[in-house]
Amino acid sequence: MTKAFDVSKRRLLAGSAALAGIAVAPGITLIATSEARGAGPATSKNRWGLLIDSTKCTAGCDECVVACRTEQGWQGHDRPTTDAQWIRKVSLKDNSTGATHSLPVMCQHCENPPCVDVCPTGASMQRADGIVLVDKHICIGCRYCMMACPYKARSFVHEDVTDQKTHMPRGKGTVESCTLCVHRIDADGIPACVEACTEKAENAMMFGDLNDPGSDIAKELSKQVTTRLRADLGLEPGVHYRGIG
Amino acid sequence: MKRIEFTVIDGNSGSYYALLGWLGTFAAAALGATWYMEHNGHYVTGMSNQIVWGTPHVFAVFLIVAASGALNVASISSVFGRVMYKPLARLSGLLALALLSGGLMVLVLDLGRPDRLIVAMTTYNFKSIFAWNIYLYNGFFVVVGIYLWMMFERRMNRHTRVAGLIAFIWRLALTTGTGSIFGFLVARQAYDAAIMAPMFIIMSFSFGLAIFLLVLMASCKWTERPLGDALIAKLKNLLGVFVAAVLYFATVQHLTNLYAPEHHGIEAFILRDGGIYTGLFWIGQIIIGGLLPLALLYHPATGKNRTMIGLAAAMIIVGGMAQVYVIIIGGQAFPLLIFPGFEVTSSFYDGVVASYTPSLPEVVLGLGGVAMALLMVAVAVKVLPFLAVSLADSDIDPHYVAPPAPEPEQPGDDKAEEGDEAAETA
Repeated sequence: MTKAFDVSKRRLLAGSAALAGIAVAPGITLIATSEARGAGPATSKNRWGLLIDSTKCTAGCDECVVACRTEQGWQGHDRPTTDAQWIRKVSLKDNSTGATHSLPVMCQHCENPPCVDVCPTGASMQRADGIVLVDKHICIGCRYCMMACPYKARSFVHEDVTDQKTHMPRGKGTVESCTLCVHRIDADGIPACVEACTEKAENAMMFGDLNDPGSDIAKELSKQVTTRLRADLGLEPGVHYRGIG
Repeated sequence: MKRIEFTVIDGNSGSYYALLGWLGTFAAAALGATWYMEHNGHYVTGMSNQIVWGTPHVFAVFLIVAASGALNVASISSVFGRVMYKPLARLSGLLALALLSGGLMVLVLDLGRPDRLIVAMTTYNFKSIFAWNIYLYNGFFVVVGIYLWMMFERRMNRHTRVAGLIAFIWRLALTTGTGSIFGFLVARQAYDAAIMAPMFIIMSFSFGLAIFLLVLMASCKWTERPLGDALIAKLKNLLGVFVAAVLYFATVQHLTNLYAPEHHGIEAFILRDGGIYTGLFWIGQIIIGGLLPLALLYHPATGKNRTMIGLAAAMIIVGGMAQVYVIIIGGQAFPLLIFPGFEVTSSFYDGVVASYTPSLPEVVLGLGGVAMALLMVAVAVKVLPFLAVSLADSDIDPHYVAPPAPEPEQPGDDKAEEGDEAAETA
């Protein structure tokens, strides 16, 4: 009786080990692939950020939005209240002067991100280089991060998604937002929105390392005062705006 | 005063099984609604990227808040030594656990990925009040479970006071955690206020006692157990104090906001221009949930009438739901202030009041949580002796003096009004 039990237990253990191996293997492959690209771990030496010049940004232009949608594959279902928007064009009219502005708003990649603070599982996270991301594998879809974000930068995936990009897995029931095109940055590239604005529009967006005094963005920032959205909240966003101060 | 006896209910009547059937149907419907929402995705609900927490959260938060309040009756007996409340303590603990279960069921089933509950239980970010709440909620089950054990097991009775004290402190922490879900939100004009935590605590006192009173009256009536007028009078007076306290906190919350120009927008929205939210605030929260129950509970003509007391408790529940709705949905409907001083428009509904209509599956899920809580109570009182055999004043009031004449001597010992209907619980 005991022997028979032991044998079956051994089989069970062996089977479990094999199953565990199957379950873990894709993860190992994923990590290996990432390292094979030579990206290396993100470090706090870098602080990636954007400078958006609203004096150059034109009202009818949405090249940055189109580029982001194409790059990350968040095309919707013609349901504007529930479709995701990782980046959007916002029109502003100064209440006192009547002056108008147009500018894109996306995740501001805060240094002190409230979305990261409130996330119960740690799915909402910040890389060492300041990029704020959602780990889709452990997001439980509670949407507390959406309640906490002052910029309305996050979207909940309200229905099945199709045509996903290999670099950007999406999932129904999880939250997502601008990744600052982390896959491009890790391959020494620049975000798709910035690329589109530079190549197809008015060159109103600049990307770079805020920590590097020699970078173009750091030099530009030192020339003229910029505004960060809801600076009063002390979140230290990585996105700077010029022209709305 | 006699020794208190507890018994299980017979639970063999057709009406008992009909009650179980109805509650079970609602609970099953909630599971069906969940399947529908999860299968299709949340776009089939009224929720959106603007209103990210909808009707399920209103039910869930209400039930969770009420759960900790339902424990108060037990706390009054164990922690504050009120002997008259002792026969109610078991039901109080049971109702607290049941309401929390119902609330958590709704909360969990509305997650985008409820299948990942195990992740929420094993992967923590301790800076998140949500993560603390997972501990506080789970701990509540353990703490109240032990507390009930101390009450049930005669050899353990001597530890009841300590267990009750721990449960009382735990429930204060739990409701602080629930209120802080909103209090800690710096982003939104309607939240980000320290008053949220204590306000939620006083809301829990009120909502929890209102539900407790209805469940108590219904269970005594349906199982033909005596329920003394002096006890009802004590409970309804306490309920009145809690209702007044909720009104006080709501007043302070809005007065404080009205003083600061930066909050004038949200205050004008809730108090004057918010349409459904303004209506729910004034008519639901203030009048139905506050002023009318106070009048019913304290007016000499209605304050001794059990039907009216039951009606007041039901109104407090309706008003409480309205209050939670205004806080959760109204707070999100008001647009985020990303560009102060600017008029804002975008394709993502910046600068406009978000619209929200509760969808049927959301409401069914919420009601299913209520049904699940009541179902747990209905089954538990048949399995374990939660209910005292008699709650007649002569059996439980240590200061009881038999009235020599038809007119009672003590103000609390009012003449029973026969034939009154206890208000229905669901």
